[in-house]
Amino acid sequence: MNIKTVPADPKGVDSGPHFMDGDHALAEGALAAGCRFFAGYPITPSTETFERFAERAPEVGAMFIQMEDELAAIAANIGAAWGGQKVMTVTCGPGFSLMVENIGLAAMTETPMVICNVQRAGPSTGAPTLTAQQDMMQAKYGPHGDNAMIALSPDSPQECFDLAIEAFNLSEYYRVPVVILTDETVGHMHEKVVIPAADQIKVVPRNLYTGPKEDFRPYKFDGKGGHPMTRAGDGYHFHVTGLTHNEKGYPVVTADQNKIVVTHLMEKINGNADDIVRLDEDQIEGADVVVVSYGITSRIAVKAIQDARKEGIKVGSLRMITIWPFCEKRIRELAGKVKTFVVPELNYGQMVLEVERCAGGKSKVISVNHCGGAVHDPEVILEAIRKGNK
Amino acid sequence: MSSDIAQFKKDSPMSGTLRMDRMSHIWCPGCGIGSEVNAFAEAVKRSGIDPDKLAVVSGIGCTGRVAGYVDFDSIHTTHGRAIPVATGLKLANPNMKVVVFSGEGDLTGIGGNHFIHAARRNMDIVVICNNNFTYGMTGGQVTPTTPHSAISSTTPFGNHEYPFNLPFLADAAGATYIARWTSMHSRNLIQSIEEALSRKGFSFIEIISPCTTLYLRRNRLGDGVDALQFYQESAVLKHGADTREADIDFQGKIVIGKFVDKNKPTYIEALDNRCVKVVGDDYELYGKTVPEREAEEKAEKERVAARRAAVMAEEEKKAKSEKGVTKISAKIPVKSAAKKTTTKVAKKVAPKTTAKATVTKVKVKAKSTAKTATSKVKAKTAAKTVAKKSVAKTPAKKTRK
Repeated sequence: MNIKTVPADPKGVDSGPHFMDGDHALAEGALAAGCRFFAGYPITPSTETFERFAERAPEVGAMFIQMEDELAAIAANIGAAWGGQKVMTVTCGPGFSLMVENIGLAAMTETPMVICNVQRAGPSTGAPTLTAQQDMMQAKYGPHGDNAMIALSPDSPQECFDLAIEAFNLSEYYRVPVVILTDETVGHMHEKVVIPAADQIKVVPRNLYTGPKEDFRPYKFDGKGGHPMTRAGDGYHFHVTGLTHNEKGYPVVTADQNKIVVTHLMEKINGNADDIVRLDEDQIEGADVVVVSYGITSRIAVKAIQDARKEGIKVGSLRMITIWPFCEKRIRELAGKVKTFVVPELNYGQMVLEVERCAGGKSKVISVNHCGGAVHDPEVILEAIRKGNK
Repeated sequence: MSSDIAQFKKDSPMSGTLRMDRMSHIWCPGCGIGSEVNAFAEAVKRSGIDPDKLAVVSGIGCTGRVAGYVDFDSIHTTHGRAIPVATGLKLANPNMKVVVFSGEGDLTGIGGNHFIHAARRNMDIVVICNNNFTYGMTGGQVTPTTPHSAISSTTPFGNHEYPFNLPFLADAAGATYIARWTSMHSRNLIQSIEEALSRKGFSFIEIISPCTTLYLRRNRLGDGVDALQFYQESAVLKHGADTREADIDFQGKIVIGKFVDKNKPTYIEALDNRCVKVVGDDYELYGKTVPEREAEEKAEKERVAARRAAVMAEEEKKAKSEKGVTKISAKIPVKSAAKKTTTKVAKKVAPKTTAKATVTKVKVKAKSTAKTATSKVKAKTAAKTVAKKSVAKTPAKKTRK
């Protein structure tokens, strides 16, 4: 995959070592990636990102607006994206529930944007200040209808910064909304974050169409990324709609056209999963037990893995940095080779369903679920590893 | 034949403002949206705005389809979200003139919150609201503006809710330009849209419009022409009217005119003012530096003036050849309207028969379906209104004079 990148605009890059929390790092990552528009609505535990952006906006020349609700926030981001800006918003579960309406529109109209979900314990208003990983499925299946999404999950403030940039790059290239699924713990955790010099940061710029007007098409349905879009004011008189449309953007509401559009939307992500998926693996080769984890849970799992190794158990770690598309290929490869997958997560068992599906009965799968509100006790994960090794 | 149509589309005066490759449109015969879009296209031409710098955003519904037919940058959004999308577009790209064209259900029902907040912020957008008292696309349900007692598919016994008075709502929320017209008042509408396009701030134009297929049919109010005639009779022109008195009762008078036109810093101007005050000279105005902005505004003004002059010259030329038919004045349509009414009343001698026929029809239907007494009464009243309307034409005309 050959994606054109340029160095970051120094205006948005606050280079140097910082001591900041994950929420702030998300805002800094977005600014470094060239995000110059942010519409949001405050919600705990994501407001720090929001506030950081508001404070930084004037010096960077970005626009920040607090909208009347999340419905409006995500809608304004769509408008701004077609106005020519890179856009981001941040929220958590209850706000994400309101946003899914227009995340669907963004997916359908192939509008690039980044949405951060700093997860808190639910359901409903739940425990606003307590951590969870309960919105994993919602990130993909939230909007109605079939659509493939990209979701990333950072495990530290540094990774919040790094993945914010990666999220923008993926969303620009594939023209798709990208969700960053972080959580309250990572969001509020203060750690060292090193922001590199602007010329060390690779950014995918907005790919704007420049050809003749009569050949302009806002879409190309070939299941690939890298297609140009346009922005308001460039004279191409684009039309975008949430209706099933042709490559010109005009509504064509037929079963045949729906097949063309949906196939493209799915294939552009699922068909390029090899290029998109990023995993952090440790001692998988020859492992009897593989702990599949992500986000804050993967940092808890480290302790359990270390203890298990001391006990002589061959344990590997597979940390999913990319949640969606799911690392289907890798799990299928490992299925049958390892005795057991242990899947700890701060929910009642969500990603474990994907692991089970791909393990296809060839390896045992143990779910270490937790209803959220706190992180796992490493002992519980260790116990599951021991059980999986039997 | 098809090449003839292609040529016709190419030669159309609307070519360049409407997407002729998307014609014909989906709107019903007699619907007001078509003439509104025509008025909008005409206003855009006259305003001298660069068509490349104009974007139209619509929501969902019959009026929501407008974005798909205008030949500008256009977005057809989800239900109710046209205003926030327009807000984002405007803020991301302040050089654009952004117009929201949608229906009253979309803008003030599901999108009501966005409507009042955009007005409150004095967001620099033009909101054109087609108010036909009905959710047309879904089959004629009651909307936030359906007059009390009007029949809709979800208020089969007549609407018992209290409707919004949209100019009052916009006024209370802080809109800086508010006008109301009916889809019959094309010239005033063109003028009003042109005015809104050439000013800054949140501009709201409500257009009372007939939904022939659903609202008129269900309420037995005749067809599109009857509706236009009704607008002519019941519209009361009152510039600067108190928006609190702009309520619309079922088949009652419709106050039209420009109600509010005031200056207030727009959202971006207010932001800049605030930041300049606090941050001082270090603050760069949003989107551009001061000299850049001034130069741009000056150049844009000159461009607009040149284009407007060209359009006006053409108009004049046309007017001369047509013996002054196209003279534009706000007062003219009202006067000529009154004249037309006289001739029409004189010509139509037997409107009573139609009314009678409707009454009998209603009775038969009411009996056969064994409806409740209330629905019978309702239907009768509706029919009576038709009769009343045709009888009471002359006094209505008198009061206007």
